Amino acid sequence: MNGFMKQFLRNKGAVAGLILLSIVVIVAVIAPFIYPQSPWTMVQRPFQPPMELDGFWFGTDVLGRDIGAGLAHGARVSLIVGLVSTLVALLIGLPIGALAGYFGGIWDDILMRFTEFFQTIPSFALAIVIVAILQPSLSGIVLAISIVSWPPVARLVRGEFLSLRSREYVQAAILSGLSPMNIIFRQILPNAISPIIVLASLMVASAILLESALSFLGLGDPNVMSWGYMIGAGRTVLRQAWWICVFPGLAILFTVLALNLIGEGLNDALNPRLARKGR
Amino acid sequence: MVISVKDLSVALPEGADRSHAMTGITFDVAAGEVLCIVGESGSGKSVTANTIMNLLPPGLTPVSGTIEMGGRDLLKLSEAEKRQMRGSEVAMIFQEPMTALNPLMRIKDQIAEVFEAHGALNKEEREAKALKLVEEVGLPDPPKILRAYPFQLSGGQRQRVMIAMALALEPKLLIADEPTTALDVTTQAQILKLVRNLQEAHGMAVLFITHDIGVVAEIADRVIVMRQGEIVEQGATADVIGAPQTDYTRRLINSVPSLIPPEPRDLSADKVTVSVTGLEKTFVTSGGFFTPKREVRAIDNMSFDLKRGETLGIVGESGSGKSTTGRCIARLMEPNAGEICLGDVDWGTLAAKELRAQRNRVQMVFQDPYASLNPRRKIATILTEGAVAQGQDKQEALDYARELLETVGLDASSLGRYPHEFSGGQRQRIGIARALMMRPEILIADEAVSALDVSVQAQVLDLFQKLREMFDLSIIFITHDLCVAAQVCDRILVMHQGGVVEAGNTSEVFATPSHDYTRSLLAAVPGWKDDSPLRRSRTAP
Repeated sequence: MNGFMKQFLRNKGAVAGLILLSIVVIVAVIAPFIYPQSPWTMVQRPFQPPMELDGFWFGTDVLGRDIGAGLAHGARVSLIVGLVSTLVALLIGLPIGALAGYFGGIWDDILMRFTEFFQTIPSFALAIVIVAILQPSLSGIVLAISIVSWPPVARLVRGEFLSLRSREYVQAAILSGLSPMNIIFRQILPNAISPIIVLASLMVASAILLESALSFLGLGDPNVMSWGYMIGAGRTVLRQAWWICVFPGLAILFTVLALNLIGEGLNDALNPRLARKGR
Repeated sequence: MVISVKDLSVALPEGADRSHAMTGITFDVAAGEVLCIVGESGSGKSVTANTIMNLLPPGLTPVSGTIEMGGRDLLKLSEAEKRQMRGSEVAMIFQEPMTALNPLMRIKDQIAEVFEAHGALNKEEREAKALKLVEEVGLPDPPKILRAYPFQLSGGQRQRVMIAMALALEPKLLIADEPTTALDVTTQAQILKLVRNLQEAHGMAVLFITHDIGVVAEIADRVIVMRQGEIVEQGATADVIGAPQTDYTRRLINSVPSLIPPEPRDLSADKVTVSVTGLEKTFVTSGGFFTPKREVRAIDNMSFDLKRGETLGIVGESGSGKSTTGRCIARLMEPNAGEICLGDVDWGTLAAKELRAQRNRVQMVFQDPYASLNPRRKIATILTEGAVAQGQDKQEALDYARELLETVGLDASSLGRYPHEFSGGQRQRIGIARALMMRPEILIADEAVSALDVSVQAQVLDLFQKLREMFDLSIIFITHDLCVAAQVCDRILVMHQGGVVEAGNTSEVFATPSHDYTRSLLAAVPGWKDDSPLRRSRTAP
């Protein structure tokens, strides 16, 4: 594990990403303490520019709500949606990919055609349809994002399993009379975990983007403040009050950037042979 | 002298297992001479060749010495001079002819490229010369070969193309780095003969790097034995092999398995444990919408019996179906037809659940010691998980694992370590212990010693003999190496294109082969001709 940390920290971008993400996480955790009031309450006059009033560093929006409070509470939503939907996507994609890759043949055909069915539908359109059917709620959004983002997981896991299945230690495990489930989860999966972790870190980023896009369109949970919703609500007054859109936009940019940098760093550290030279 | 290397040392990067890849290397190669550098893996023999070609990987730097060729020191050349020197004065052929050729270029263009890079000849002359070269290296139907892509050629043909490219500019020195290691034994014999003939015809000097003492005996005029970056011994081939001066060389030569089988054992009284009748396996590549299915017959109507305590060798070249046979008997693959009986159990048709309960009866030892152990598990888990899955008590299994590790010559403390902490030979011992943990009746060794250095190979072969006696095992020993087969097998099956062409007691098959294919296989084994120094040193009392 020590060697892994060393490799990871050698990548300066990854360190920067880790720092950025830690800031977002800390803000999300302490949001209820720095902004005890709900981000929906109107606390000041509307259209206050940033740094103008004490305690309102980010200004206020069209209804006089504190943008700082929105950013802090939005961080929680973004992170929760990102993490949970990635977990759910892994829970769907991993077993499908593993079964297809390990058993091959007819199983592979069935499961992969099923996966391709989801891949052929544009993912954002599918997400909108699912949210529309499920009614906008946090769990509905999480489910919609997971349903559109599991196919790459399944394909990746299948590829790894296809190549690992023919390794000699797997053959030896079959000869030892181990059950297929034991072989899949205890022999093969631990050896396939590195690329899955890398993919997952990037999926968190795209889930956050997807959630923002959905909220921007007004399909978000009406009871939770989210960055996408803030941009959507402020876009009509962009020319009078730039800060309403820009701050949540920057928050999304830096969070997604941080996750991508971390993903890249993980890739370099977990797959050292693929790491680009000259870093 | 074509080339003379003096006091050459190459440093390894910090953190390597020793400070220098090689130190104080001094040798000459004369025109019209074949000099072999022989050594085990990590001896620095390939680094020597790469230093001459100026092809050292990053991190390795020559720290002292000179390489003199035609009055110049090759280490002091400018980048442009180095490029000029490569190909025209020194040419090289590599171990893996598939990766050494550009897969997207026709053979014609690859050969012409050599002339182009050195600005020699015009377009027509280049093509004419390419045709002549391809003819000279003995490729069939040269015009067709010139138009072919590398993937359309066999391994031996590709290596011939590599040799043609190396000869293109009439180099004074040809460096061959393990050029026959990836080839079948009969192809190897042809390539060795070709190198020898070309060397005589062109009066080149040849520096031949190999790990195989047999190849040395076959081709070398002089030999250098290297170990851990130093020259241990050098001299004329007959002297070094016939009367080695140092302990290391003597050990190295003695660990080469002999092509002469030992006295046969009497096994007539033993019971049959496996009987295979009419085994067949056909591979079908799945066709697409427009491409038809393709069938390859890997095993064709194969039958044999294996007795308790007997070692049966299955030998053949790559693609002969020997590994497929092993996998079918282990039920890692389902045969298309035929019966496999283990005692009175119809092993070939056992249903999945029943089979899993009886899996322990047939175990396998695999070829690649680096791929056969799960890198993420400790040795203790690797050894015991099978036994535990079969319902054995965990503590009991651990005790037995400890005992077996000592039997195969490893310390019981290895249990707490991971596979990457062991050398290739040690890993192979762990692989054997894992198979024995299941208390098998039959052990299938699929090229189990092919990836090991010759001295380690000898130890592992001894281990197999010892274990066979200790556990009264029946062993199916699959190998491409006839010398290895001669040493460990009681009986032998020679396979060719899926069929058994000859079967019998090892000593009889080796002394009086009845099938032409067996005869050609035996004749192709390098270094064992009637008057070869290797054979003389082995048959001497």
